[in-house]
Amino acid sequence: MAVIIKNQQVAANNWLLLRPGADKSLPALPPAGDVIVSLAQWTAQRDALLARGGHLGVWLANTDDPAVIAGDLKHFELIAVDFPHFTDGRGYSIGRLLRERYGWQGELRAIGDVIRDVIFYLSRCGFDAFELKAGEDAQAALSAFGDFSEAYQTSVERPQPLFRRRVLGGGPATTQ
Amino acid sequence: MYIYDEIDQRIVDDRVNQFRDQTRRFLAGSLSEDDFRPLRLQNGLYIQRFAPMLRVAIPYGLLGSHQLRALAYIARKWDRGYGHFSTRQNIQFNWPKLEEVPDILAKLATVQMHAIQTSGNCIRNTTTDHFAGVAADEVIDPLVWCEIIRQWSAFHPEFAFLPRKFKIAVSGAEKDRAAIQVHDIGLQATQDEQGNICFRVLVGGGLGRTPIIGTEICAFLPWQHLLSYLDAVLRVYNRYGRRDNKYKARIKILVKELKPEVFRAEVEAEWAHLKDGPATLVAQEVERITKRFTRPAYQKLDALASGYVLALGRDKAFANWARRNVHSHKVAGYAAVTLSLKKTGVPPGDVTADQMDAIADLADRYSFGELRVSHEQNLILADVRQADLFELWQQARELGLATPNIGLLTNIIACPGGDFCSLANAKSIPVAEAIAQRFDDLDYLHDIGELDLNISGCMNSCGHHHVGHIGVLGVDKHGAEFYQISIGGAQGNDAALGKVLGPSVSQSEVPDVIEKLIDLYLERRDSAEERFVDVVRRIGIEPFKEHVYGGHHKKPAGRGEQLAVA
Ligand code: HEM
Ligand code: SF4
Repeated sequence: MAVIIKNQQVAANNWLLLRPGADKSLPALPPAGDVIVSLAQWTAQRDALLARGGHLGVWLANTDDPAVIAGDLKHFELIAVDFPHFTDGRGYSIGRLLRERYGWQGELRAIGDVIRDVIFYLSRCGFDAFELKAGEDAQAALSAFGDFSEAYQTSVERPQPLFRRRVLGGGPATTQ
Repeated sequence: MYIYDEIDQRIVDDRVNQFRDQTRRFLAGSLSEDDFRPLRLQNGLYIQRFAPMLRVAIPYGLLGSHQLRALAYIARKWDRGYGHFSTRQNIQFNWPKLEEVPDILAKLATVQMHAIQTSGNCIRNTTTDHFAGVAADEVIDPLVWCEIIRQWSAFHPEFAFLPRKFKIAVSGAEKDRAAIQVHDIGLQATQDEQGNICFRVLVGGGLGRTPIIGTEICAFLPWQHLLSYLDAVLRVYNRYGRRDNKYKARIKILVKELKPEVFRAEVEAEWAHLKDGPATLVAQEVERITKRFTRPAYQKLDALASGYVLALGRDKAFANWARRNVHSHKVAGYAAVTLSLKKTGVPPGDVTADQMDAIADLADRYSFGELRVSHEQNLILADVRQADLFELWQQARELGLATPNIGLLTNIIACPGGDFCSLANAKSIPVAEAIAQRFDDLDYLHDIGELDLNISGCMNSCGHHHVGHIGVLGVDKHGAEFYQISIGGAQGNDAALGKVLGPSVSQSEVPDVIEKLIDLYLERRDSAEERFVDVVRRIGIEPFKEHVYGGHHKKPAGRGEQLAVA
């Protein structure tokens, strides 16, 4: 059974991820079950997707602009961001924008080339779910949340940067 | 020195543990070579021609004597007894073993040092004026702002994987010694009419294959907004910078392709969301950081020490050294001193472990235990009493660190080149050496006057050849090592990119070409005050070309007018 990391625990993955074919053709929708569709599929089949039973999620590619779905958030149960490679930094900005600018509160899942070593950064950018790439050990990866015990910058999980916590509010808090 | 608090220390320690675990997983085979590569690069670890190379950050060039001793220890224990100071206020070790790098990082952490983000496509070590805090022409001390930027950039979660590397330089003086016009972001700290600190922001400068001078996108950025503005610039770059071609991935290409006005509008639009948010700096933080910097306890001294003046009159060699290697200081009776790492016969920037220990002793004895690393690959004792200069000179001379050549032709900047670097087209170090040997008559050197000669082994321009008054670039000509010479480049306030003189020449011809350039310069200058680069600007490159290539004997076929973009 496929697993993901969600809220810092290993969890079952009940979602079916639908990727367009190499020729950009949209995959067929299964009659039932929870699906995550591409932005293209959401745009093209919006009504059919809303009429369908089962939960709906959308996934954004590294080149998609999250502003495009800013008005549609209420229709989604989950938003995923695809990392063709974990060193493609665009997804990190997309995560922050979804959380900080467009107010997305639901599950934000990193998919694609996601390895243990970027979980700490991703979670600071607002991701709370991780579908690790094939071959990664989800259980072992849980320790990544503790890679660092503090961080300087403002982030989604803790908007107050360290310097404000240091000089303005009581002692510094730690993430654990 | 900035002194870490408990949290700064903990973050660096966490990094050591993280990297130890990554190295362990890599060696055990559970972290693939491809995945490990970008991770180790963010720790300054390259795999080079002969061995891994570890690049250690010297944040904004400031180094304590105890830290230099730790570097000496590392050089002895884990390397071959020396290190190489680079033009980016870093030190590189060329021979560490991969499995020992975590131990090296742990040793560094004990003296509040690290290799964080010294390589990779992330925000690199922030650099500044090597006379920061002591320069007579300083308006704002940039060190505090550099440390604020260091903390903001260290493990920034959103900007760890940019399209390409990203370098920020800060200057706070009238004279730009930090090369802010050729950085991804250049910050000029200044004051507005009310005396509030603010920053002039330049973006999109850089050398490399497409050398470009940065453009101003903000004239007065109030200090409170420094970090939110940087976040905005970086976010625009992270989202829209090109990732399809690594030669077009620097921010300078994005700025150029969008046009600076459009880029600026994008940044302003992004900043409108971030401005006044939690990243807004507060006075208490600036004060806290300021207080964590130790400052020299200066004595009250006369503006000019009489013993110093006497020694200058008595000893010509000392006077020569003082003229080139001693610099004015904002505190009366003090001076800044450059220890030259450019002795003929030694690769530029190389220092042995024994020299490091000896330099650390000099720093303790004469300069409050502190040093600076300059981007010209020299070391600086920034706070020396004038009365101690003669004694310091004698000791530096014994250590081979008193070559009186700062600002002169033999103060050559050279990258590691083909002897060490796998990207090189040609060697740099032997060329630097051959030139230094040709010009080793000191009287002649002083007569030639100020001249920056920079050498890069390939168009990545690590040796800054574009901004040398004379630039030498290694090129590959049908598998053989050749050198392209350019003239008229400059760094600093009047930064300019050099123009290629003509067809490239072989290694043995380089010193001859330099000599010909110098001959013509000496013949054509108005006076000893007119520098080489001034003459190039006044008379153009044609007469030099003519003199070197002898009229029509080789046809440069128009290439001579192009920039050195190879
Ligand atoms: C030996 C290993 C080295 C390698 C593999 C290396 C690689 C590179 C590469 C690929 C670039 C071009 C990047 C770009 O334009 O996007 C570059 C630029 C640069 N490197 Fe190096 N380098 C090395 C050593 C050094 C050293 C020793 C120095 C200092 C002496 C240095 C300082 C710089 C600087 C200042 C640039 C300037 C170009 C710019 O930022 O616009 N590098 N290096
Ligand atoms: S300029 Fe080229 S040869 Fe020299 S260090 Fe840089 S990459 Fe290597």
